Amino acid sequence: MLKRTPLVESHRKLGGRLIEFGGWEMPVQYSGIIDEHLAVRNAAGLFDVSHMGKVSVTGSGAEAFLNQALTNDVRKLAPGQGQYTLMCNERGGVIDDLYAYKLAEEDYLLIINASRCDADWDWLQQHYDHSTVPGAIQLKNVSAQHGIIALQGPRAAECMKAALSGGSIGGVLVGTATDLKKNQAGIFLFNGVPITVARTGYTGEDGFEVVVPADTLTAVWDRFLEVGQPFRLQPAGLGARDTLRTEACFPLYGHELDEDTTPLEAGLGFFVSLEKDFVGRRALAEQKARGLTKKCVAFKMTDKSAPPRPHYAIGQPGGPKIGAVTSGTQSPSLGIGVGLGYVPVAHAAAGTALDIEIRGRPARAVVVPKPIYRKPA
Amino acid sequence: MSSKVPADLKYAKSHEWVRPAGDVATVGISDHAQHELTDIVFVELPAVGRKLKAGETCAVVESVKTASDVYAPVSGEVIAVNDAVTKTPVLANDQPYGDGWFFKVKLSDPAELGSLLSPADYAALIGG
Repeated sequence: MLKRTPLVESHRKLGGRLIEFGGWEMPVQYSGIIDEHLAVRNAAGLFDVSHMGKVSVTGSGAEAFLNQALTNDVRKLAPGQGQYTLMCNERGGVIDDLYAYKLAEEDYLLIINASRCDADWDWLQQHYDHSTVPGAIQLKNVSAQHGIIALQGPRAAECMKAALSGGSIGGVLVGTATDLKKNQAGIFLFNGVPITVARTGYTGEDGFEVVVPADTLTAVWDRFLEVGQPFRLQPAGLGARDTLRTEACFPLYGHELDEDTTPLEAGLGFFVSLEKDFVGRRALAEQKARGLTKKCVAFKMTDKSAPPRPHYAIGQPGGPKIGAVTSGTQSPSLGIGVGLGYVPVAHAAAGTALDIEIRGRPARAVVVPKPIYRKPA
Repeated sequence: MSSKVPADLKYAKSHEWVRPAGDVATVGISDHAQHELTDIVFVELPAVGRKLKAGETCAVVESVKTASDVYAPVSGEVIAVNDAVTKTPVLANDQPYGDGWFFKVKLSDPAELGSLLSPADYAALIGG
C-alpha cells in the first residue's frame, strides 16, 4: 500500500499524474515536465514534498549527538539556521544527505530522504543506543504529523509575501517571511497554526520550504496557489524537481550518493567538517590525505543524441569504459542532454571529452563546471 | 482526458497508427501514446531501405523522463522517413496524426492490415 500525502486529492483535481516514488504516491507532473520546469526558472512553482522524512532531535545532548552523527558542524548553527549535511557509515559511505535545522537551543529538525527514512531511523537509533554523549536526547520520527511544500522560483518571494503576513514567533526572528536569508528558518502563524518556513530549496532558484502540520497542509497549498496566480505560480511535480536539481547539480540519494560513495567523491567536501569527530571521519580524513580516485562530474552532450540516462556507460573518447552516468536528462533550460556521473579524477577536469554510450552507440559529451545551468546575469 | 482516435486509421496494440494508401502505409504514434510519453525530446527513425517485420522494434521515442521503443505495425520496406519530426520532436506531441508522422512503408503483406485494431477497438483498449 503506497503512502499518500494529505494533498493527494488536490493533485488529482489539478490533473496531476500520480506515480510511485520511495513508497509514496506522488505527482510526477501536472501540465508537463518542461512547462513546469520553465515556470520554476522564470516565475514560480509549488511542489508537494511531504514524502520527505522529518526527525525531531531535542534535549541537552542533542547538539553533541548530532555532531557525532552528521558530517557538518551543527555548532555553527544559530537558532533558526539550517545546514546541508550528511550521515555516513564508518567507511565514509553516505547513509543519507539531509538538512539539519536548529529551531531553538536543544531543538533540531532533520529533513531526510523518503527512500531512506527506515535506514536513517535504524542508524540514528543504533547510534543513540551506543551514544556516550552527556545529557538527555529525545529522537522522534514526526514524518506523519507534517507535510512539506516547496515554493520555488524567481517570483517565490512575491508569492510568499502575498500568502503569509506577520512576523516570526520562533526560529530566526524577522518581521516577514521574505526577510529570511538563505538557510534561515522561522516559525510563523498561518490561521493561528505554527508553520516552519525555511529559505532553501532543491531547484537552484530562490525559494522556501514550508513544514506544516498535516491537517493544515491543504489550506496552505490552496492559499499559495490562489495568491500566486498574478505571479504565474503553478503546481510542479517530481519530474520537474528532478530536471531542476540535475541542472543545479544537486545530488539525489540512490543516484549520486550511496553507502559505497563518500561525500568527498560526490564533491560535497564543503559539508564535511574534519575538525570535529563524527562517524566516518577517520575514513574520510584518510581518503582526503590519499587523494580521490573517482569524482562526480557534470557533463553536457555535444553530439545530437537521445538524452543520457542513469547507468549508461561513460567512456574515454574512442576508448574503454571509465565510469557511469548517475543522473541524466534532456535539460529543459538548455535544450540539450545533460547529466552527472562518476569518472576517474584524471578525466574530471572541465573541458575533458567523454563518450556516453547511448543505446549501444557512443555520443560525445564534455565535462562542464557545476552547476550545469546558471541564471543569465 | 480523452485521446483522439481518428476513424480513418488502423492501430496496433503497441500504440502506433497506420494510414494505408494503396500499397504504401504511413506510420506514427497515437495521440494516447504521445500523451502518455509527455514532452518528446528525441525521435530516432529507421533508415530508408530497411525491411521491417511486423512487431519488431524500429524506432525510438524519448521524453524528458523515459525512453520507449516503437514497433513496426506492418511488414515492408521503409521508403520515406519524416526528417521534420527528428529535427523537431515536439511535432509528435502537437500533431501525432499530421506533421508528427514517423515513416512510410511499402507493404510486403497487405493482409496484415486486417489484423490491426479498428478505431473502436483501439479506443476501447485505451479506455477512451
